[in-house]
Amino acid sequence: MTAGLREPPLVKALLIAGAVGYVALMLLLPLGAVLDEAFKKGWQLWLAAVTEPDARASIKLTLLVAAIAVPLNTVFGVAAAWAIAKFDFRGKTSLVALIELPFSVSPVVSGLVFVLLFGAQGWFGPWLQDHDIGIIFALPGLVLATVFVTFPFVARQLIPLMSAQGRTDEEAALTLGASGWQTFWRVTLPNIRFGLLYGVLLCNARAMGEFGAVSVVSGHIRGETNTMPLQVEALYNDYDFVAAFAVASLLTLLAVFTLALKSALE
Amino acid sequence: MPSAIPSRSSPLPGFGLSLGITILWLSLIVLIPLSAVFVKSLSHGWGAFLAAAASPRALAAYKLSFGAAALAAAVNCIFGLLVAWVLVRYRFAGRRLLGALIDLPFALPTAVAGIALTALYADTGVIGRILVPAGLPIAYGPAGVVMALTFIGLPFVVRTVEPVLAQVSNEIEEAALTLGASRLQTFFRVILPTIAPALATGFALAFARGAGEYGSVIFIAGNMPFKSEIAPLLIVTQLEEYNYAGAAAIACVMLLISFAVLFLLNILQRWQERRFA
Repeated sequence: MTAGLREPPLVKALLIAGAVGYVALMLLLPLGAVLDEAFKKGWQLWLAAVTEPDARASIKLTLLVAAIAVPLNTVFGVAAAWAIAKFDFRGKTSLVALIELPFSVSPVVSGLVFVLLFGAQGWFGPWLQDHDIGIIFALPGLVLATVFVTFPFVARQLIPLMSAQGRTDEEAALTLGASGWQTFWRVTLPNIRFGLLYGVLLCNARAMGEFGAVSVVSGHIRGETNTMPLQVEALYNDYDFVAAFAVASLLTLLAVFTLALKSALE
Repeated sequence: MPSAIPSRSSPLPGFGLSLGITILWLSLIVLIPLSAVFVKSLSHGWGAFLAAAASPRALAAYKLSFGAAALAAAVNCIFGLLVAWVLVRYRFAGRRLLGALIDLPFALPTAVAGIALTALYADTGVIGRILVPAGLPIAYGPAGVVMALTFIGLPFVVRTVEPVLAQVSNEIEEAALTLGASRLQTFFRVILPTIAPALATGFALAFARGAGEYGSVIFIAGNMPFKSEIAPLLIVTQLEEYNYAGAAAIACVMLLISFAVLFLLNILQRWQERRFA
């Protein structure tokens, strides 16, 4: 390495300071602002805000929606990665592109599609109404919108990983007499566990934090169809800033926890 | 559409089952619902479609959403490259923490980001208190939209540029140096062209995400029609007025632009692969 390949120490220090300063201003400061606003009036008020009945209902609903949506997309993600990484077939590239499609769709449009299908004036709306089945403004709508938005997370994590691993391990297991499922549980799953965990983690963070898509299908009934991010908005619009930031601080903790676990997995 | 012709070289079982689940789930959750947007938007004919999709208010909203997304993505290209450069090339205290923090916009719910940014940039906020008296109000206007999208987009650029920057070999830089290029010349003539495809990919990803962004923007934007109303908010407004076809028409325009960006991204990625082939 020649000296000319490195920047002078002063330039290097300036570049580091610039990057750290920018990230501190743009990312760290908002993080601090949430905690500052949440605890501004003391931790008793914070505690009261996060244990209040509507807040508790929103926490429960958020956990429930994630508990349904994340496993669904995990099964899908593993199946998709198995098909795409372990086999060669025509149209693979387009299939991968279609799986990643929800990433480029606005969250609002992700919710809108289900309103167009199941809403009062939607395709199946009148039929659903006749049979007294609630999808929009109810739990199924929240789950559908969340599944749509978090659709690619597990698959896109596993596809490159499983493609890189190839299929020699599985072929060896099969040659030694293992069944297809045995091979999957004993060989493939241990090989991909960290990548899978990573994908599930990101999927869960997005599922619990989703706002735009669930906002469209929720109907904003407090204590009933408001997830935590929607409860944050409702409280904020009431000018109840301490309570809004208190619920937001829980979501912030989730984000920080996700980042910490993610960085530990790397 | 993918057609199921497995290659005979793979002796593994489960192709039919796994591809079946994939295509079924993809169709039920993504493809059929998305097609509803296109069908519904034309349910009252082309005239009604154009009236909703190309109304002056909708045009102003597209202009803001896509314009602010492009501006924010451009800002992120500059600072994202700086952060990626520092992360890849230098070793310093706190580097790991810096690396972990970059993904915050991916992990932090957008509504939380929205109220946090508003708290900072409103006239009573830590930054607003300095900027507002200086005549630079950011919250409650188009500048707030750009600020929120800049927050959201940073990791897209950093994470696409980082691996490519790490691949740029020392030898090319050494060669440039031996041939008498200055450090700055090497950067602009050798390194920048090499990472240009990655930078463009990061721009496109940040732009696509920003154009559709809703949660982080609506708190800080002010949401005035024709002035600071983003396209996704206009869709929500149409829905609240039970104008499903109008909402679908605007969604249609946004989807088509997103697909065009996606198509461009594909070309960019191929360009990048060729560079390193």
